[in-house]
Amino acid sequence: MNKPRGIDPRHLPLLATIGLFIVMFGGGSLAFPGFFTLQNFLNLFIDNAYLLILGVGMTFVIVSGGIDLSVGSVLALSTLVGASLVEKAHMNPLLAIGIVLCLGTVLGLFMGYLIQEFELPPFIITLAGLYLARGLCYVVSLETIAVKDPTFTAMAGFQIPIGPDAFLTTGAGIAVIVVLAGWAVSRYSSFGRTVFAVGGNEQSALLMGLPVHRTKILIYAVSGFCSALAGVVFTFYTLSGYALDGKGMELDTIASVVIGGTLLTGGVGSIFGTMFGVFVYGSIQVLIMFQGTLNSWWTRIAIGLLVCAFCLLQRFFESGKRRPSVKVQAPSLAQTP
Amino acid sequence: MQFFLTLKRSKLVWPLVALACLLLFNLFFTPNFFRLEMKEGHLYGNLIDILKNSSPIMLLAIGLTLVIATRGIDISVGSVVAISAGVVAVLIGGDFAGVPNMPIFAAMAAAVAVATLAGMWNGLLVSRVGMQPIIATLILFVAGRGIAMVLTNAQIIWLYNKEFFFVGSGYWLGLPFPIFLVAAVLAVTAVVTRRTSIGLFIEAVGINPKATRFSGINAKNILFWVYAFSGFCAGIAGLIVCANVKSADGNNAGNLFELDAILAVVLGGTSLNGGKFSLVGSIIGALIIQTLTTTIYAFNIAPEISQVVKAMVVYAVSLLQSPKFRARMAGLWVRKAVVHE
Repeated sequence: MNKPRGIDPRHLPLLATIGLFIVMFGGGSLAFPGFFTLQNFLNLFIDNAYLLILGVGMTFVIVSGGIDLSVGSVLALSTLVGASLVEKAHMNPLLAIGIVLCLGTVLGLFMGYLIQEFELPPFIITLAGLYLARGLCYVVSLETIAVKDPTFTAMAGFQIPIGPDAFLTTGAGIAVIVVLAGWAVSRYSSFGRTVFAVGGNEQSALLMGLPVHRTKILIYAVSGFCSALAGVVFTFYTLSGYALDGKGMELDTIASVVIGGTLLTGGVGSIFGTMFGVFVYGSIQVLIMFQGTLNSWWTRIAIGLLVCAFCLLQRFFESGKRRPSVKVQAPSLAQTP
Repeated sequence: MQFFLTLKRSKLVWPLVALACLLLFNLFFTPNFFRLEMKEGHLYGNLIDILKNSSPIMLLAIGLTLVIATRGIDISVGSVVAISAGVVAVLIGGDFAGVPNMPIFAAMAAAVAVATLAGMWNGLLVSRVGMQPIIATLILFVAGRGIAMVLTNAQIIWLYNKEFFFVGSGYWLGLPFPIFLVAAVLAVTAVVTRRTSIGLFIEAVGINPKATRFSGINAKNILFWVYAFSGFCAGIAGLIVCANVKSADGNNAGNLFELDAILAVVLGGTSLNGGKFSLVGSIIGALIIQTLTTTIYAFNIAPEISQVVKAMVVYAVSLLQSPKFRARMAGLWVRKAVVHE
């Protein structure tokens, strides 16, 4: 491969995201005393654990060239089903979590099957999935279900000590594992490589004999699983289930993924990029909280502006190189044995 | 016979059948569904309610039909509704005696203008910067609700101005006023797109933007104005929503409207892949959604659960529109027929 040395322009948006995060966190540290602590950094994991997990699933979907709008609702459904199984049916929490994860995966499989088998637009099918899951929430319960089960609260409240005076919660620990697993899958498994190949050029992927059909269905199952897992982590965080949880979260997730440098046209993206996208999202919230006088709604405006800036950046780099071959960017696909 | 053949070929036949089925169901199972009453010169009844309650979605659907015909999408309409409601509420002000801060018409015009500007911003990003429509409008979707909340200072502004309420709950010629607003926008849009070549241009952009440009049509300008128009429609819908609930709530005004409106357009037979569009189809789509909701209300089911039914309807309609699904169903039928022989 005669690749030019130096920084690959494809990675520039990702580098920009990391740079932005460092600037924001550094700026916050200079401006506010008590900002620059290990715990404040770890809080990014703790407070955004569910968003990280959703982001991992969404990255796979978007890299493949699709979209999943149902993640927020599936998250809400998972919190409610989990909470009601534990609190109302007095089920073993681990068993309840298992059921919730299966439920999310099956919902994802169902949507993936419809999208792939009948060539339906992912946008519409997952939009219907959004309605379906949100409606099912109200079938389960119209009210908040608080979780008081001792095993469950013990699991949720468990703290993993990291260094002096700093810790991660169980939810954050799960998020870290999911990010690492997502990274490994996207880089080193044939599934992950196929996802990139499909997003880069589906026709070529088919001609290469890759299992496009199966992969595209599985992607949505992965996203469904991630949404359900995010729901479990969200229940850990709030110790309750509520039908309005995760309202609009699908777009927060998409925004984080875009800020993380994943192209919505598919084929380009990275799990670590998404992680930094979530960090940028989280830092804005923390900065506005520390600042104190600004209305918390400025967060949304700031996120909107950031998405705008990053999309412009992406457009800029795209128009810089108009070679059609650039679209096929499966990482190290050429070296696949 | 000729009539039926035309009808069969028309794209409107499936949406109409769906609406007819829903109404038929109500005829048998919901008592008094079709009863209309005249009280103080105003018509009341379920059918009138359906028309009135679906008017914001109809307006959004009209704007979105054109956007979707260009193979685009505008997911920011719900947020633009919130912005428009916020602007008009702030300009009129929450005076208890109902004294407006400025003339109501000026306030309403300003709100619609701001909404149109929001649409122009979307149009700019899509047509000039070349962003994908879903992303370009995602920006305003995320930021829009924030802007609405900052405008109203994160509070719900209650309005007391009776004249302004007319836009949402007033009656004219015995019918709710919003219906006339929808009819006016629909009529103007239909005339402009069907009696001039603009409609053809919009479809051309949706089918093949490059070929459109090569044939000398300014595709960029078409795209730009289509998004601006979608913002304009959302602005008017915002006025109706605000006047109807007599308040501006940046958080809930127009919440999930974008989804309902897109659903209405798709139900109405306009393909998300762009090209041919049907304004009347989108109106029928909006009516289907509202009839469904009203039916569910009539059965005393929690209104939130209607979303499950909505989802099922979307799945059914999408499957019916899928050529692959049709082919497979036809295949099943043919195979069965062979077995019977």
